[in-house]
Amino acid sequence: MDANSLTPKARPARLSATDPGITDPVFSVRGLNLHYGSAQALHGVHMDIPRHCVTALIGPSGCGKSTLIRCFNRMNDLVENVRIEGLITFDGRPIDDPLLDVSELRRQVGMVFQKSNPFPKSIYENVAYGPRIHGISRRADLDAIVERSLRSAALWDETKDRLNDNATGLSGGQQQRLCIARALAVDPEVILLDEPCSALDPISTARVEELIQELKGRYTLIIVTHSMQQASRVSDYTAFLYLGRLVEYGPTEQLFLNPMCRQTEDYITGRFG
Amino acid sequence: MARSEATRSKRRPMLELCNMALAICILLVVGLVTLISVEGLRAFWPNRVELVECHDGRKFFGELKDEKPIRGADGRETAGVELRYRTCNRDLGGDGFVWVREDNIVRRSEPAELQWMERSAWGPLLVRFKALQRGTEVLEQDAAKLPTALEALLHTKNDERAELRRMEEERLAPLNDRLEALRLREVKAARSAPALPTELAVERAQMGALHAELLEQVRVRRVRHDSETLLVEDAAGHTKAVVISSILGFHAPNQLGQWERLGLHAARMWEFLSAQPRESNTEGGVFPAIFGTVLMVFLMTLVVVPLGVVSAVWLKEYARQGVLTRLVRICVNNLAGTPSIVFGVFGLGFFVYVLGGQIDSLFYSDALPTPTFGTGGVLWASLTLALLTLPVVIVAVEEGLAAVPRAVREGSLALGATRFETIRRVVLPASLPAILTGTILAIGRAAGEVAPLMVVGMVKLAPDLAVDGTAPFLHAERKFMHLGFHIYDVGFQSPDVEATKPLVFATTLLLIVLVLLLNIVAIRLRNKARRRYAGTGF
Ligand SMILES: Nc1ncnc2c1ncn2[C@@H]1O[C@H](COP(=O)(O)OP(=O)(O)O)[C@@H](O)[C@H]1O
Ligand SMILES: [Mg+2]
Repeated sequence: MDANSLTPKARPARLSATDPGITDPVFSVRGLNLHYGSAQALHGVHMDIPRHCVTALIGPSGCGKSTLIRCFNRMNDLVENVRIEGLITFDGRPIDDPLLDVSELRRQVGMVFQKSNPFPKSIYENVAYGPRIHGISRRADLDAIVERSLRSAALWDETKDRLNDNATGLSGGQQQRLCIARALAVDPEVILLDEPCSALDPISTARVEELIQELKGRYTLIIVTHSMQQASRVSDYTAFLYLGRLVEYGPTEQLFLNPMCRQTEDYITGRFG
Repeated sequence: MARSEATRSKRRPMLELCNMALAICILLVVGLVTLISVEGLRAFWPNRVELVECHDGRKFFGELKDEKPIRGADGRETAGVELRYRTCNRDLGGDGFVWVREDNIVRRSEPAELQWMERSAWGPLLVRFKALQRGTEVLEQDAAKLPTALEALLHTKNDERAELRRMEEERLAPLNDRLEALRLREVKAARSAPALPTELAVERAQMGALHAELLEQVRVRRVRHDSETLLVEDAAGHTKAVVISSILGFHAPNQLGQWERLGLHAARMWEFLSAQPRESNTEGGVFPAIFGTVLMVFLMTLVVVPLGVVSAVWLKEYARQGVLTRLVRICVNNLAGTPSIVFGVFGLGFFVYVLGGQIDSLFYSDALPTPTFGTGGVLWASLTLALLTLPVVIVAVEEGLAAVPRAVREGSLALGATRFETIRRVVLPASLPAILTGTILAIGRAAGEVAPLMVVGMVKLAPDLAVDGTAPFLHAERKFMHLGFHIYDVGFQSPDVEATKPLVFATTLLLIVLVLLLNIVAIRLRNKARRRYAGTGF
C-alpha cells in the first residue's frame, strides 16, 4: 500500500484512498503489524481516528477488524503469542508507553463486545462494577453514576424498578445496552464496539444504533460492523479492511458513493465478501 | 427399515442391561437405607417382655428378638423353630441372650408386673420388684405401691446427686485451690527461712480442719445417698439388692399404652443423642461422638475450601499451562486414589510428630514430656482429612472456573480491572456453586472416613469435648470421638456384640442422617448461589 508511506499532516481534503485528512485525532495508528504466532493478522495499518465522531470498520470476516479494534485498548495483550509492531498513540501518547497504566487506558477506552457479556450479578452491580474498580465506593456516588449511565444507555426506564435483579434475566438487546451503560459508567473518552448488534433482532439493533447517534456528541466511537447499511447509517468515517490491510478510509458518504479503490467498490456492491 | 430394526434389536439387550444395573443399584441403596432406618429406629422401641417356662426346668424373663427354623440333619427346615430372647440380668447369672426351641417351651406369658430397669453399670435388669429397703429396714413391700415409692425415691436421689455435685464444685474445689496456693506459699517461705511462719501454720491448721469437715460432710451424704436398696427377683427366683442411686430409670413394658410407648421411644432416642456413653460405649448416648464428628468435619471444611480454591485458581488462572501444571494435576488426581490410611500415617508423621512436636517444644515445654500438640487431636485429624479431600475440591473448583465464559472475564478486564480483581470480583463469585459442590463432596467424603483418623487423635472415649466454656473455648489439641469409629467399636470391640447390635444400627442411621444434614445445608447454599448467579452456564 502506498498509503503507508504518507506522513500525517493536516490536509484539507481527501488526498488518497486511506487518508481522509483528519486533524486532532484521538488515536493515530502508524505502521501497525500484528502477528498471532507465525500468522500475520494486520499489515502496516496506518490511520487516524477522528474525535467525537463515529468511525466504522468494515470488511469481510477474518480481515482483522476485531484484531485492529482490540489494539486500541490493548486487549490483544491478553492473547498468548501475539506480537505487535508499530505505533499507536492515544491523545498523542504511545499506548505501549511503559509508564502508562493499562488499567487507566482501558478506563478511558471502553469496549462493548459482539456477544453481550454482563457479569452474573445484579443490574446495579454490573454498572457499578467499573467505578468500584476505580476506587469509588460511596453508595450515593455509585447510585448517581448508575442512574446517569443507565439513562445515557437508554435503559433507565426499563430497569429502574429492578436494579437488584440479575442482569442475565434481561433480553439480548437490553443486555447489550447494559454493557454500553457499564462502559459509560467509568466515564471513558472512547468506546469501542465490536459488532455490537450482530446478535440482536432488528428492533434492538435500531435502538442500539439510535443510542450510538446520541453518544456521538460526547464520546469518540469506533464500531466494527459487517453490515454496510449499519456503517452508512451510523458512521461519519468508514474504513475498509481486507486481508489485514487498510484498503480505503474516508468519510462514509464518499466511501460508499464514490469509492477510490476497486476492492472497496466490489465489496460494497456485494460482489464478494 | 430392516437395518434400523436390526440395530434396534442389537441395541436392546444393552439397554436392558443398563436398566437392570440401575435397578439393582437403586434396590441396593433403598434396601440398605430401609434396613438401617428400621433397625436403627427399632433399637429404642420398648417391646413387651415375656415369662418363658421350659420343659427342662429353665424359667426366664425375656424380650423376644428372633425366630428361626431349625435345620434337621437332612438339611431341611422341618425340625421346628428356635426362639431367641434377650434376658438381660447379667449379674443375676443370666447370659444376656438365650436360644430356646419352641417345643421345649411349656408356657409363655406376659406378666404385667415385670419391670425393665436401666442402671449405671451392668446393663439393664428385667425383674420383679420385691421390696424397698434402707439397710435392713423394709420401706415398702406392697407390689402395687412399689413403683410409685421407687419413683419418689429416685427423685430424691436426683436431688441428692445434684447437691453432692454442687458441694464438690462450689465448696470442695475452691478449698482445694486455696490449699494448693497455701502449699506454694509454704514452699516459698521454707526457702527463705527454716522455720515456718506462725500465721501460715495457723492458716494451714484452720484450712485443714475445714477441709476435713467438708470431706466428712460429703462422705456422710454419700453414705446416705447409697443407703437404700431395691430387692429384685428374676424368674428363677434369684434375688439381688440393687443400690437405688445406681438406677437411671425403669418402666413396666407390659403395662405401657401405645402413647406411653411412643413417649418412651422418643425419650430413649433423645438420651441416645444427648447423653454421654456408659459402660464402655455399650449403653447411654453418643453425644460426644456426634460432636466430634461435626467439629472435625467443620474444621476440615474451614481448611480445605480456602486451600482448594487457592490451588485451583493458581492451576487454572495463573500457572502457565504446561508440563508443571500437568504434573501437578496428575499428582492431585493420584492423591484422590491413595488409600486413606496413608494419609493417616502422613498426618501422624508430619502433623503430629513434626508440627505438633515443634509447637510443644516452643510453647508447651513446661508440660513436656507429656505432649500437648505432639499427640493426636481434633486439629491434626481435621488437617489430615483436609489433605485427603483436597483433590475433590480442587477438581470441582477447577471445573467451575473453566465454566466461567472468557467473554465475562474480558468484560471485566476491558473495564480496567486487573486479573486479580477480575478473579476476585467476577470469576470466583460466578464459581461459587462449583466451590460449594466441591465442599459438599468433601464433607461427604470426610464424614465417612474412619481409617486415617485412628492414628491422628480419634479415640474410643473422650468425655471432654473439644469446645467448652474455659478459654480458649476451642481446644483443638484434644482427642475426640467419631461416629464412624463408634460403630466399629460398639459393633466389634464390645464384649456382648449381640446386645449392642441395635446401637450399631442406630449409630449408623445417625451418621447417615448427619451427613445428609450437612449436605442439605451445603446444597441449599449452592442453590441460593445458583439462583443468584443464574445463567452463567452451570
Ligand atoms: N487469538 C487468535 N489467535 C490466532 N489467530 C487469531 C486470533 N484471533 C484472530 N485470529 C486470526 O486473525 C485474523 C483476523 O481475525 P479477526 O480480527 O477476528 O477478524 P474479523 O473480526 O475481521 O472477523 C483471522 O485470520 C483470525 O483467524
Ligand atoms: Mg470479529
